[in-house]
Amino acid sequence: MALEIRDIHKHFGPVRANDGVTFVVAEGSLHGILGENGAGKSTLMKVLSGFYEADSGAVVLDGESLDLRSPADAVAAGIGMLHQDPLVFLPFTVLDNFVLGSPGPDRLDRSSARADLERVSGELGFSFDPGRLVRDLTVGERQQLEITRLMWLGARVLIFDEPTTGISATQRAQLFSTLRSLAEDGLIVLFVSHKLEEVEELCDSVTVIREGRLVFEASMPVSPDVLVEEMFGKVFAEENREPVPLGAPVLQLSDVTVEEGTTRIENLDLSCAAGEVVGLAGLEGSGQRTLLRACAGLLSPDSGTLSVDGRNLSKASYRDHLSVGVHYLPAGRLEEGLVEGISIAEHLVLTSDDTSFFIDRDAADEAAEGEIEDYSIKGRPSSPAEALSGGNQQRLLLAMIPDDVRLLLLEHPTRGLDVGSAAYVWQRLLDRRVSGTAIVFASADLDELLRYSDRVVVFFAGEVFAVRSASETDGEELGYLIGGKERE
Amino acid sequence: MEATLNSIIAAAAPLVIATMGETITEKSGVVNLSLEGSLRLSAMTGFVVAFWVGHALVGFAAAAVIGALIAAIIASTSIKLKLNQIAVGFVLTLLAADLASFLGDSFVGERGPRVPALPIPVLSDIPFVGKVLFDHDLVVYGSFLAIGVTWWVFYRTRAGLNLQGVGERPEGAFARGVKVNTLRFWYTVLGGAMVGIAGAAYSLDVKLGWRETLTLNLGWIALAIVIFGGWHPLRVAFGAYLFGALQVLAFQLQDVFPGLAQVLPVAPFPLMILALVFVYSSGFRKFGDQFPRLRGLLGGAAPAAMGTVFERE
Amino acid sequence: MRSLRTATPTLLSLAAAFAFGIVLLLLAGAPPFEALWLLVEGSFGSASKISATLLAWSPLLLASAGLVITFAAGLWNIGVEGQIIVGAIAATWVARSLPGPLWVILPATIVAGAIGGLLWALIVGVLKTYGGVHEIFGGLGLDFVAAGLAVYLVLGPWQRTGVASTSGTDIFREEAWMPELEALGTGWPVVPVVLGLASVFIVWLLLRGTRFGLRLKAVGRNPQSSFLLGIPTNSYMLGAFAIGGALAGIAGTVQATGFHHKLVPAVSGGYGFLGILVVLLASFSAAWIAPIALFFVAISVGSTQLDLRLGLDSAFGGVLQGVIVLFVMIGGAWSARRVSASPTAAGEP
Repeated sequence: MALEIRDIHKHFGPVRANDGVTFVVAEGSLHGILGENGAGKSTLMKVLSGFYEADSGAVVLDGESLDLRSPADAVAAGIGMLHQDPLVFLPFTVLDNFVLGSPGPDRLDRSSARADLERVSGELGFSFDPGRLVRDLTVGERQQLEITRLMWLGARVLIFDEPTTGISATQRAQLFSTLRSLAEDGLIVLFVSHKLEEVEELCDSVTVIREGRLVFEASMPVSPDVLVEEMFGKVFAEENREPVPLGAPVLQLSDVTVEEGTTRIENLDLSCAAGEVVGLAGLEGSGQRTLLRACAGLLSPDSGTLSVDGRNLSKASYRDHLSVGVHYLPAGRLEEGLVEGISIAEHLVLTSDDTSFFIDRDAADEAAEGEIEDYSIKGRPSSPAEALSGGNQQRLLLAMIPDDVRLLLLEHPTRGLDVGSAAYVWQRLLDRRVSGTAIVFASADLDELLRYSDRVVVFFAGEVFAVRSASETDGEELGYLIGGKERE
Repeated sequence: MEATLNSIIAAAAPLVIATMGETITEKSGVVNLSLEGSLRLSAMTGFVVAFWVGHALVGFAAAAVIGALIAAIIASTSIKLKLNQIAVGFVLTLLAADLASFLGDSFVGERGPRVPALPIPVLSDIPFVGKVLFDHDLVVYGSFLAIGVTWWVFYRTRAGLNLQGVGERPEGAFARGVKVNTLRFWYTVLGGAMVGIAGAAYSLDVKLGWRETLTLNLGWIALAIVIFGGWHPLRVAFGAYLFGALQVLAFQLQDVFPGLAQVLPVAPFPLMILALVFVYSSGFRKFGDQFPRLRGLLGGAAPAAMGTVFERE
Repeated sequence: MRSLRTATPTLLSLAAAFAFGIVLLLLAGAPPFEALWLLVEGSFGSASKISATLLAWSPLLLASAGLVITFAAGLWNIGVEGQIIVGAIAATWVARSLPGPLWVILPATIVAGAIGGLLWALIVGVLKTYGGVHEIFGGLGLDFVAAGLAVYLVLGPWQRTGVASTSGTDIFREEAWMPELEALGTGWPVVPVVLGLASVFIVWLLLRGTRFGLRLKAVGRNPQSSFLLGIPTNSYMLGAFAIGGALAGIAGTVQATGFHHKLVPAVSGGYGFLGILVVLLASFSAAWIAPIALFFVAISVGSTQLDLRLGLDSAFGGVLQGVIVLFVMIGGAWSARRVSASPTAAGEP
């Protein structure tokens, strides 16, 4: 038995998410699929699991070409997928989650389903209380439930999309041993990740995807240096930054513990001085966003102190943070930054200092023209936010940052921007250092982290894994650290 | 006492059928806001058709078709055109109500066929219970059946579990091979047909004949009762009977307080909404948390995906 | 070109709606074109009919203007009917109890109506923002309460001299009537029309030209982004309820002191719900409120002629209004879908 993926193409408008991906996975393999965020791994897995129909190409299992038009087709063919956020039904019981969608007679025979659940979960080494609500299970237990269900339905290929996000170390160890025994039983396990350490620990073979194409495949072990380079491409850090003398600390965190959903940061100490740029590196969901949101006043620390310019803001509201000059720019541009149906000029009015009751439209348009030129936004003052491309939305958000900001908190500030405008945007951000603004930003782009930070703080599983001075590290080392490993 | 309980159960029967229908619809993730208009138009249609044909049953069938049609408009404009369910439902509320007034104008005051009383032999002779539960007609037995079947389908069948999955997390149901939008469409239509049957019950059973104010505000109340009932068929049925009891009580109090004779009949409507505000309050939620075994009955959270459009990515 | 392309589906939908109306009239055995002509004639056929149409236009303008504000904040103010009723009750209370000449009572009744509607709407707002009760059900409940209150007052404390009747309270003394301008052989409702048009203009200006209106729109379209931009979202929602309620309350004043000259149980005239239809048809924009409201109110006023002349139920007007809104909504969504499905439109990853 083998799974063959032949020349899969999948486009979304002009974006080529998969651009001719071909590879073969043998029976009993634990196969890692590596790639950075947006490389096209998820699209490929959604094609395999029937969520997307490929534009062209074929999926062949056991020599038989599969017609995958829906997830039901994939499940029937024996391909099951475990989504990063398991697609379970929180208010339902474990048993109901187990049987929902399964074939069978109209009348639900819960006692036989319960017996099946106990049998299959027992074989896998899991144990569930069938009457418990899934809401009360941990993410790890929800995954175990999904594995049990897919095995019960006869899965021969199991796809795991970033399965270790949000689960504890013990659960991770248990998950890995489950995956190994599944592979020993002859299943094909596809393990999608961007965590080097896990792929190294777990997989027999690996495929690296970058920009929608397969760029590398090999049997393990492979030197992590090679994997890092294949995943991120060559990273060249340039020193093109005027050093600015650092001032007094602006942001100070001491012994802060804060929790958001499944991410928990414990006992964090961190500071950022006036004129300093701190880059936050790490996989998505490792704690960077939680930290930024806590600094912005959107999350209240459970313990510890958070202060800005010496003012204790541990219990202060978001609006209090705004009023002392903290500005947060989240990653979801149209979700938590801009407002659909509101124009560029109106966005700038919303954030301007002017408090007059009436809006001077001409002046607003003129000001907007200025910002549009300044930030080379492709749009007119009357263009609504949703009509702008992602890059132009980001430029507008940058244009909306007030002048007298003390602390700038940015999430993926240049995602989706071309090289030239990313450099320009950073020039504008760096200019703010002169007036003593402290900048903390999270990014998945190693190049950006190295080029613009003074210090890089690497998060791994909710902890600060390492802190490096940007001038004393390089892309290779960051790649290791992000994957939770020290360079040997 | 027996007679009072009997009349509460009879008075609430159409409301029970309508609220079961709306519960099914909302459980699948669609809101049919048009009940106030659907009830009125189907009451009128049911009466007129039965009046022409001379058979109550045909009237019920015609009313079911009307309710189903209105529901189909809401479901298809939501699924295919992504129109807001609330907006379409609201427009249809007013449209159907006025259509009923316009088309039914010349039938006001006519008397149509009625649903014959049908005491169940043997059972209706049981003391107390027999009189309360089994001395009714087919509409009332139908309302019992609606509660029982809805409950049974929801919690004892595969179809019912899939239905709840579609309303709770459509992506999850889709991943398990459930046809999300097809199910939503047909459950909305089914719920609408039940609302239609309830409408006909008002003009062919509760009252014999049609006039504009026959079902006044009962559609809105039905919507409120579904929320009050936390989308659980038994609690929803309890809500419908509670409202029926308030109505009967208000009617009987008219003799006690003649000065309030005009106000009492409308009093149950705001009272029902107050009850809704109460079950929304955090105190009630905490009360529910103390009884984990009854969580399904007392918890009452809305289907998470209610009112949203599901689109395959 | 662009306006022509966007107007086409609307015009086609309107034509389809009228075709539906004609079929319906044929079904009812009525001569369809005569009936449609009666709608025009009944609303604009004489000076007094035009005056009646304008008098009905005013509360619809006020209610619709208020609804534009609440919709801008993303709120379904189904409680608008109750707000009109409570406004009318407040105005009635002033009209019955405040002595003095017209120039004292007129502003007092208007202010009272506004306050009544505002407070009634704020209850819905507080239930929504602090109690988690959806505004549709909070609003409906308060509609019931307001209607019950009006019935109670008409039959109880404020009952007509002699025997209590649902036909309403005693007629107010004339100083409490909204003054009319005598011209062309009939009285013209100048005060209500000025109030109505002013409310539409103010709402248009608020949403188009002020910082408050812009923030309100932002809250309605994306509360999350708005909060991050530093806008106090709850306060703005309550503000929207207050303005919407105040305007609905003034509509209640117009109904009580300008039209009925007394309090009647059905004092709202259904203008609250009709206002929702108007705003839906206007795609939530204040600019189109005045002509659409005039069109709708002409249908409503004209359709009473159907009853008198052809023996048809006047609900035909409501049917036509509903079908127009439904068809235009469907037509708009249909053409939007065709545009987005065309190959030139880029997909989203």
